[in-house]
Amino acid sequence: MTTAPAAAAEHAAGDSYLTHGKGIASWLFSLDHKRIGIMYLALIVFSLFLGGVFAMVVRFHLWDPSGGLVSNDAYNKMFTLHGAVMIFLFVIPGIPSALGNFVVPLMVGAKDVAFPRVNLLSFWLFVAGAVLFIATLVVGGLDTGWTLYPPYSLESSRGLGILLALTGVFLAGFSSILTGVNFIATIHKMRAPGQGWFDLPLFLWALYATGIIQIFATPVLGITVALGFLERVFHLGIFMPEYGGDPVLFQHFFWFYSHPAVYIMILPAMGIVSEVVAVFSRKPIFGYKFIAMSSIAIALIGFFVWGHHMFVSGQSKWANIIFSFLTLLVAIPSAIKTFNWLATLYKGHIILKTPMLFVLSFFAIFGVGGLTGLFLGTLATDIPLHDTYFVVAHFHFVMVGAVMIAFLAGLFYWWPKMTGRMYDERLGTASAILIFLGFNVTFIPQFLAGTMGMPRRYATYAEQFVGLNRVSTVGAVLLAAGLGVALWAFVASLRHGARAPANPWGAATLEWATSSPPPHDNFAVAPRGVPPYDYTGLTHASDEAGWIPVRPEGAR
Amino acid sequence: MSHLAQTGTAGAPEDRFLAHHFPDMTAQSQTSKLGIWLFLGSEVLFFSGLFVAYGVYRANHYALFHYAHHFLDWRMGALNTVVLVGSSLSAAWSVRCAQLGDRRGLRITLLLTLLLAGMFLVVKYFEYSHKLHNGIAWGAACHPSEEILSTLPASVRALPVPKDLGTFFSIYYLMTGLHGIHVLVGMGLYVWLIRRATRGDFGPGYFVPVDSVALYWHLVDMIWIFLFPLLYLI
Repeated sequence: MTTAPAAAAEHAAGDSYLTHGKGIASWLFSLDHKRIGIMYLALIVFSLFLGGVFAMVVRFHLWDPSGGLVSNDAYNKMFTLHGAVMIFLFVIPGIPSALGNFVVPLMVGAKDVAFPRVNLLSFWLFVAGAVLFIATLVVGGLDTGWTLYPPYSLESSRGLGILLALTGVFLAGFSSILTGVNFIATIHKMRAPGQGWFDLPLFLWALYATGIIQIFATPVLGITVALGFLERVFHLGIFMPEYGGDPVLFQHFFWFYSHPAVYIMILPAMGIVSEVVAVFSRKPIFGYKFIAMSSIAIALIGFFVWGHHMFVSGQSKWANIIFSFLTLLVAIPSAIKTFNWLATLYKGHIILKTPMLFVLSFFAIFGVGGLTGLFLGTLATDIPLHDTYFVVAHFHFVMVGAVMIAFLAGLFYWWPKMTGRMYDERLGTASAILIFLGFNVTFIPQFLAGTMGMPRRYATYAEQFVGLNRVSTVGAVLLAAGLGVALWAFVASLRHGARAPANPWGAATLEWATSSPPPHDNFAVAPRGVPPYDYTGLTHASDEAGWIPVRPEGAR
Repeated sequence: MSHLAQTGTAGAPEDRFLAHHFPDMTAQSQTSKLGIWLFLGSEVLFFSGLFVAYGVYRANHYALFHYAHHFLDWRMGALNTVVLVGSSLSAAWSVRCAQLGDRRGLRITLLLTLLLAGMFLVVKYFEYSHKLHNGIAWGAACHPSEEILSTLPASVRALPVPKDLGTFFSIYYLMTGLHGIHVLVGMGLYVWLIRRATRGDFGPGYFVPVDSVALYWHLVDMIWIFLFPLLYLI
């Protein structure tokens, strides 16, 4: 770490990964993890937009109890595609594939991920999966809900849409597996000299835990959708009762993946929070090893809780009790993380830049989202709450309120590194505040409606819920406006943002030791591992120069 | 095994296979090895769905599964087990040949693995066509012919044909079919290895592809070792 920053700064004047090759093909077939990350980012932001449009249709349809905007049939397709696009094309790949691809090799001081060709293959599998999802729209949509439960989803009267969706999930799943393989191999084998396991930034521990789930849970989803496809085409008698199959087996297989998938979504989000909270509190992260190990614990416990989605499926009462107990265990590592983050804030020198505002929102929202999860994991309270808006509000608190907000925190945090441009702090602040308000106004009424018994997924609802639904729709508009401001901040930054220094935030992790944007090979001089949360060696030079090492060159 | 990879030194001929983002061949081969093991772990979970489905349906339809296994010819299954275990031996041998720099031995063992894999599929082809010819298909389409019923042991022939016999054969075709696809992929990989071996790519300093494909091949072999008794013998 002696000469790297200076050499990197020299390098910044010349070549960066953005200028390293010209033409569209130099992007589409790039093996550079940074370019692949940026391409993922573009697709994922588009998916967020698309899923958001479907969400707005749903919210405006529910303005009136009788549902005025679209036909009931079209409503069913809208909420299905909202869920499927958001989950498979935004929340699951969002942080690992877009931000992770960009940051992981930089954080270990490597030139690339372990298997760059596999990384490109993974990207194209994801593109193919996304295209098939969009194609379901063309062939008439899908109205099964994102869970694709048979027997309804595999009825023989059903058209091409379900086959396209199943194939899309299969391809996106393999993309996810390959990303997981790449990250775990990179973190194991490509760490900088002197970078031990406990010198890893916590974002990497989070992605390591995520990788475990991606590698060992996603193939089960793969075989499940493959079986669904074959069942629909050849009537094998696997999932469809009319041919001798068992639809509950589908539910077991589906949730064996899809519950751990919830941790594929939240663990990387927690990783971003761990980075941002330490940097913007100017304090080493509190309880490093506990945060690292609780990521692994969540990943492992997450494999044994899937049955809590099936409390009313008719599975045995003993299975219900055991799954309920195991589910509550997840609260322990989650709480360990939360308390450690809050302890990091304590007596810190808190800097309220945009990433930190998003992270503070995360604490408030994840707290509520996590605690309401206990109501649903507890058998006795889940039975009346099952399939109500309480469930909808709970998982939106975790997936939107926690994951999407952490994704935005990470995007604002790494934006200067990715683009070499600063964003306008006022726009960033405005978006963070609008999104926090809009989110809560949208989803708190849904908790209330749920506890009063409003069922989810229906195109119409009882008159008594009209007030809560209208507040929720107003909130959704606020939320969309907040996202619009965030987009504005990014576009304005690209057009006329100030040049970003190598280290604008004073972070100690290695990605900030190279220029912004980094050169094609990431580092002008291969860095050595450093303590990731030790800020004593950095001082703020100026807004233009950012943070620089205190010690003069060569004096370690 | 991998200690032999460390003999590759700077300037060695193998270095043309060193990717730009690794410091040396050792780091590269160890990383590839880890990657392939992770992928194989994923493969095990991919098959696990089918094994669980087998377990669930066997528990739910015990008599049916016991009845149905008589339609499968254990001699064919046993022959294929011997063929596949033999191919695993030659696959392991090919890794050793590459490590020792025995290029002729490498080509012979790779070719032998490919031939045995092909032989496995030929036997499988005869099994499938015999069954389909006699009306033993999957799901509701399973209607065994009198001809194949007459080949069953007398005690089994006395029983009525269960109406959902196809449930067993759906599982049978799914499991052996997915395994067969893996055998086909393996054959493609061995064709690729033979081309590269003929070109002289592999030696003591660089044999990761031979090693990785052999690991994959052993997994394919091991899955069959479970499929054979579960489907043919019990």
